[in-house]
Amino acid sequence: MSNETKSAAAHTPSRTAIWNNPTFRSLVFQAIVLISVAAFFVYIVNNTLTNMAQRGISTGFGFLDLQAGFGILMSLIEYDETHTYGRTFFVGLLNTLLVSFLGILCATLLGFIIGIARLSRNWLIARIAAAYIEIFRNIPLLLQILFWYFAVLSALPSPRQSLSLLDLFFLNVRGLYLPAPQPEAAFTAVGVAFVLGIITSFLIARWAHKRQDLTGQQFPVLLTGLGLIIGLPVLVFAVTGFPLTWEMPALQGFNFRGGLSVIPELVALLLALSIYTAAFIAEIVRAGILAVSHGQTEASFALGLRPTLTLRLVVIPQALRVIIPPLTSQYLNLTKNSSLATAVGYPDLVAVWAGTTLNQTGQAVEIILMTMAVYLIISLLISTFMNWYNKKTALVER
Amino acid sequence: MAQSTATQTFERHADLPPPVMAVGVLGWLRTNLFSSIANTILTIAAVYLLYLAIPPVINWAFIAADWVGATREDCTSGGACWVFILARLNQFIYGFYPELQQWRVNLAFGLLIALFVPLFVRNFPNKAWVGSFLLFGYPIIAFVLFYGGILGLPVVSTDQWGGLMLTLIISAVGMVASLPLGVLLALGRRSEMPIVRAFSVAFIELWRGVPLITVLFMSSVMLPLFLPEGVTFDKLLRALIGITLFESAYMAEVVRGGLQAIPSGQYEAAKALGLNFWKSMSLIILPQALKLVIPGIVNTLIALFKDTTLVIIIGLFDILGAVEAAIKDPSWLGYAVEGYVFAALIFWIFCYGMSRYSQGLERKLSTEHNR
Repeated sequence: MSNETKSAAAHTPSRTAIWNNPTFRSLVFQAIVLISVAAFFVYIVNNTLTNMAQRGISTGFGFLDLQAGFGILMSLIEYDETHTYGRTFFVGLLNTLLVSFLGILCATLLGFIIGIARLSRNWLIARIAAAYIEIFRNIPLLLQILFWYFAVLSALPSPRQSLSLLDLFFLNVRGLYLPAPQPEAAFTAVGVAFVLGIITSFLIARWAHKRQDLTGQQFPVLLTGLGLIIGLPVLVFAVTGFPLTWEMPALQGFNFRGGLSVIPELVALLLALSIYTAAFIAEIVRAGILAVSHGQTEASFALGLRPTLTLRLVVIPQALRVIIPPLTSQYLNLTKNSSLATAVGYPDLVAVWAGTTLNQTGQAVEIILMTMAVYLIISLLISTFMNWYNKKTALVER
Repeated sequence: MAQSTATQTFERHADLPPPVMAVGVLGWLRTNLFSSIANTILTIAAVYLLYLAIPPVINWAFIAADWVGATREDCTSGGACWVFILARLNQFIYGFYPELQQWRVNLAFGLLIALFVPLFVRNFPNKAWVGSFLLFGYPIIAFVLFYGGILGLPVVSTDQWGGLMLTLIISAVGMVASLPLGVLLALGRRSEMPIVRAFSVAFIELWRGVPLITVLFMSSVMLPLFLPEGVTFDKLLRALIGITLFESAYMAEVVRGGLQAIPSGQYEAAKALGLNFWKSMSLIILPQALKLVIPGIVNTLIALFKDTTLVIIIGLFDILGAVEAAIKDPSWLGYAVEGYVFAALIFWIFCYGMSRYSQGLERKLSTEHNR
């Protein structure tokens, strides 16, 4: 081996030995890395196959078509014990997506309020916001979920002594009960009107922007847009004769019937996720607003822009550029953190799929890989969006 | 123009005091709490909310609380039952570590503190030696003390470890192991070698894309399948591997941020001096890059510390696990709030301390202009 390299060095015209050539060294190094990683994987796969053969675990995804035989606390799609394991996967996935979506909504709302409150000129409000951030950011999320579930929601009164708000919303140890909307057939017209309103106001905004670029004339886009998006559906709703009734939850026997019921596991998870993530979002919002230097506002005033326009055209676009990337990664964190649902038994993907299904079938490799793949796909999608946004809003420098 | 020719002597009037409403307590109140009608309403609403929230909490936690006793019968006053915490304190701190051997844990943590203090003292001689002993020598001593087996110390198996002690062990190991791994991954991600870069990117994105809980599930369910027959891993070690790999990916991204912030002139200067890759990294680039990302590193460490609670899901008893077990104990039913508040307080103290320390460091190392 060493003879070969020596003879190769003798033939090259340059005087550097081949092992000092950077290209050669990097090739050798990469070959070593590639071979060792490949060897590592071969070793692991080999061991896994042997181990599984010895324990009598069959490989493959055949188990997806078997009957699951266990019930799930909450499902967005039709599901009972007779459905397949494949369907439990989708039940879990949908539950994960539901809690993530609701959590993102609540956390964003709360986070923006607290972030702005943190910058308030009112000393007391700013202090309260700061205290909120410091308290909830520094306590583990799992602890907060357990606290809400076992210490708060389990201590709620029984259905007969429910806490109620206006006799419409009821909160008790069995969960949260809300009036459920019961749309009639004609309600689809309202939905169509809503979608139409969004599309037309989008088109109007584009037209107005173009016209302003050409002529300088402004058009009240915001008002027309609001009128179209809210006014049009309301009008259709009234014209079609209010085709929506509400089903009220009512106490029957030992529990509430009717209405929309939210299981306490979901309530606890949602509370903890929103409160915890809101503390981080608040800090992001604060940093984003502070990142727009005061000179920008002053320059905009000097150009004669009114304060509302300054905020809309100068401060917010620049603040959003700082806010959006970390905000998306917080959304991603929230989605991943929703997997802690398994601690309180909310049937999310990890609890239903990597928990119950794994225990019943023993298909550890397939199930864990599928679970990880789901989260990986979600996070890759979100980071693709983030990269696209970053590129779109990056400062164009000389 | 006035045409007055009469000479007027100018007499300086004594300075008037500032308006009462602009200075002192009143002035402060006016500018900070009651500057406008909306602000006044906000202040009053906030005060009212605080009035609703704070006194009952203080009453529950301190005034009406029970502090002394041994059983739940001693909790009679209706406030918090801290007796429960005091009675279970040993379990919360040491888990199921045998009581007679607990001096070993105390000694190990005492030694840790004794070694840590000099690092915070300015101008302490031989800081580097203390630091490297802490990093390389101390873990061995600590492991011997915790696990035993030699020097006549009886073996305490890892499933008896628990409570705060386990939380601290997991986070310390995670912190110490994930930083170097993260630096290597960050260097790999910025490497010019395509294969090395591809592996680093794949590794980082894989771990960052999945929740820690699936990583822990994987390490507890799949790791035994990966190993050859007969080789078994300790449950704690499996969790440690999972946490370290997971956090090192986050650490790598933080370090990468620092590496990107170093101007390319520094890389070129290091090359011009004839330093090879490792020397230029360890002497020129990394010291600057790591200094830049100290806040990010500490944030990752705080996240790691909070994430250690997840080990209860795979059946390890860290402090939260110990509290959970104590809450479900039939002889102490109904004191969940006290248990969680205690655990939350412990975590809060550690995390808040770390974040304050990093803010202080940031201010100390900052070279920017402050308004």
